[in-house]
Amino acid sequence: MIKSIADIDKIRQTKVADMQIRVNKDAQPTKEGGRMHIMVCGGTGCTSSNSMKIIENLEELIRINQMSDEIKVVKTGCFGLCAEGPIVMMYPDHIMYTTVQPEDVSEIFESHVQKGKPVKRLLAGEQTEDEITNALDSVDFFSRQMRVALRNCGAINPECIDEYIARDGYKALEKVLTEMEPEDVIETIKNSQLRGRGGAGFPTGTKWSFAASQQVAQKYVCCNADEGDPGAFMDRSVLEGDPHSLIEAMAIAGYAIGANQGYVYVRAEYPIAVERLTIAIEQAKEYGLLGKDIFGKGFDFNLEIRLGAGAFVCGEETALMTSVEGKRGEPRPRPPFPAVKGLFGQPTILNNVETYANVPVIILKGADWFANIGTEKSKGTKVFAVGGKINNTGLVEIPMGTTLREIVYDIGGGVPNGKEFKAAQTGGPSGGCIPASELDTPIDYESLIALGSMMGSGGLIVMDEDTCMVDLARFFLEFTVDESCGKCPPCRIGTKRMLEIVTRITEGKGTMEDLDKLEVLAKNIKASALCGLGQTAPNPVLSTMKYFRDEYIAHVVDKKCPAGVCKSMVKFIIDQDSCKRCSICKKNCPTQCISGDKNTPFSIDQDKCVKCGVCMEKCPFKAILKNA
Amino acid sequence: MTDKCTGCAESQEKARKLQEIIEGYKDTRGALIQVLHEAQELYGYLPLEVQREIAKQMDIPLAEVYGVVSFYTQFSINPKGEYKINVCMGTACYVKGANEILDKFRTRLSIDVGECTDDRKFSLDACRCIGACGLAPVVTINDEVYGKLQPDDVDDILDKYEAK
Ligand SMILES: Cc1cc2nc3c(=O)[nH]c(=O)nc-3n(C[C@H](O)[C@H](O)[C@H](O)COP(=O)(O)O)c2cc1C
Ligand code: SF4
Ligand code: SF4
Ligand code: SF4
Ligand code: FES
Ligand code: FES
Repeated sequence: MIKSIADIDKIRQTKVADMQIRVNKDAQPTKEGGRMHIMVCGGTGCTSSNSMKIIENLEELIRINQMSDEIKVVKTGCFGLCAEGPIVMMYPDHIMYTTVQPEDVSEIFESHVQKGKPVKRLLAGEQTEDEITNALDSVDFFSRQMRVALRNCGAINPECIDEYIARDGYKALEKVLTEMEPEDVIETIKNSQLRGRGGAGFPTGTKWSFAASQQVAQKYVCCNADEGDPGAFMDRSVLEGDPHSLIEAMAIAGYAIGANQGYVYVRAEYPIAVERLTIAIEQAKEYGLLGKDIFGKGFDFNLEIRLGAGAFVCGEETALMTSVEGKRGEPRPRPPFPAVKGLFGQPTILNNVETYANVPVIILKGADWFANIGTEKSKGTKVFAVGGKINNTGLVEIPMGTTLREIVYDIGGGVPNGKEFKAAQTGGPSGGCIPASELDTPIDYESLIALGSMMGSGGLIVMDEDTCMVDLARFFLEFTVDESCGKCPPCRIGTKRMLEIVTRITEGKGTMEDLDKLEVLAKNIKASALCGLGQTAPNPVLSTMKYFRDEYIAHVVDKKCPAGVCKSMVKFIIDQDSCKRCSICKKNCPTQCISGDKNTPFSIDQDKCVKCGVCMEKCPFKAILKNA
Repeated sequence: MTDKCTGCAESQEKARKLQEIIEGYKDTRGALIQVLHEAQELYGYLPLEVQREIAKQMDIPLAEVYGVVSFYTQFSINPKGEYKINVCMGTACYVKGANEILDKFRTRLSIDVGECTDDRKFSLDACRCIGACGLAPVVTINDEVYGKLQPDDVDDILDKYEAK
């Protein structure tokens, strides 16, 4: 139990010494800390590719060899390089192994752990044989990032509060409670110019000051961990890799606005995140860092988790609060704003996970430090979940103002298979596309809006020549139609009409008039929908029509899908010059619509073909072509 | 209800556990969604009888309970298969061909999304991002996650479960 600053300092000092070998190669190992730390990623990505078995195998070998005093296995959160997972990081050598399989463990153990010889074939990135360097400095994916919100992800065991404390954890809360008045905290956040990372980019300090000025006894602090944008997982990684930073930040927010109760609304699709956060809250309570009279300074703060249940609209602030109350998560009109009347009718602030993750650092390093990073109006860093047609899918944190080109090519390693970059999609179902011509735009809140997209929560999906932009617009519309809560007609009916039109276009039945109709509908929905979901639902259509109108026209006029995605316009044909009449396609066709034998040329009956593409995939001679 | 008798002891046991769950949230404000999650965990789905029981014990109108159950996609009023297949149709997975994976499950199992095979062995659903986008396209079967899938992998995976 931590009753005073002296108590936490003692824990911090001991643990810092134990963890020193992760920072400094020449550090003296401590008795408790041991001489080597093997960090194994326990994030959702790596767990899915069997990293828990790696831990098991390592621990088994360590136990058999009676080395448990020297060698520590540490389960961490996400390193960000999930596609190359499972990730294993060795300290004090600073050596990173990628795509490690449970079978590789014995080699790592015998060679690296016992003989000090790294396993070259598993090294991250492209490292030369004789010079093995610190992966975090030498692999572009890591060295070009600036990790603020993700500072602890991959660096600590998220299930161990002492490790968090050793990395200056709870020091910001300590500082706030001992040295600062609530107004000072709000001033600091305001001066840092931190803006919300959940979507709209509203200034966080201003939001806090609204709630602080309400003169009522009961107020609430909420965290939006619903992460609804499909294809984004920044918040998941913070919850899994560094849950205490969220707890600390929410307690700071509570102190600033005068609230003693917090709620974290987490999507139920993130079981590991929920588990880690639950453990973290328990530990913080045990230590007295949550609960009554924290640090003996007279401030009480409690935190509860609430699970979502798979409704995208619950990411919207008023809907989220209704859902925390256990009801149908339907949005309501604003005002009154949540800062005045929020959860259970009381003043409430709601911030995104990544927004909170920045708070302790701002308190410790100061508002100016933070405000010096980024662009004129967008300060600090932003985490992007980079996915789709890109080599290094994963999480990257970069200063605001970094160009898309740097993200896609320098950090992301470019588009696979030598394909052409076509566009990047940001802002999920509310956002839009950035075409190749804008690769050099520095990314911040304003520039993305100017391009007709938005920052959103940080999903960034890269698309290549094989992605059909009309089909992508259809995909997002289908998403919003599915997720519309149905409360207001513009969204309920309007988005459905839009989906019908776009679907018609992808089926080759669209007309030029349809394009105009889409634009009119889009304008009306944007102007009249009740909540952000409906107001932004037309964006993916508008943005693809703006930059890829030629693709729409190809679908409508030429009845062709240039990317070869829209099935009804695709035709599979057999190239007689390459066909060796091996019959493999015929055997695999699910509708038996391929005819031919040794003596007769092979051909496809287009009326029966369901365009499954199996024949093309199976043909050993690449004789089946998809015409566009 | 044909299995009334054989299921008697079991269903009483479950009813007792349900009561415990509700009891545990007695002092929590707005706990309905949390209770429904745990009840679904217990029963596998949320049949009307279970909803009625929750409504009664929590003193919430049944219409409200039903309203919440029907609003959230994670709650199901129909039983699921022994193996619950969930194909991620989030953006990252979609761009990487999740559609083809889903089609493959559909044809191989001869069921559509939201349905269950006749022998109750498999049910097929499409879900939104599970946060493993780095491994797109992704499918989960109960608690197992399968990543970086090709349509061809579907056969191997299903063979494995069918053999179980
Ligand atoms: C339909 C809809 C979905 C949203 N989903 C999320 C989400 O998943 N996560 C999130 O942090 N914010 C989401 N938002 C934004 C929130 O309403 C809110 O602005 C945000 O959580 C505030 O926190 P911030 O200021 O720290 O960004 C969503 C908004 C809308 C309209
Ligand atoms: S805009 Fe859509 S999601 Fe929002 S309240 Fe209206 S119907 Fe519901
Ligand atoms: S695309 Fe499918 S249905 Fe059509 S010919 Fe090829 S295998 Fe047969
Ligand atoms: S698989 Fe290819 S080569 Fe063989 S018969 Fe079919 S088209 Fe010809
Ligand atoms: S989950 Fe391991 S690197 Fe992301
Ligand atoms: S989009 Fe499929 S896991 Fe994220």
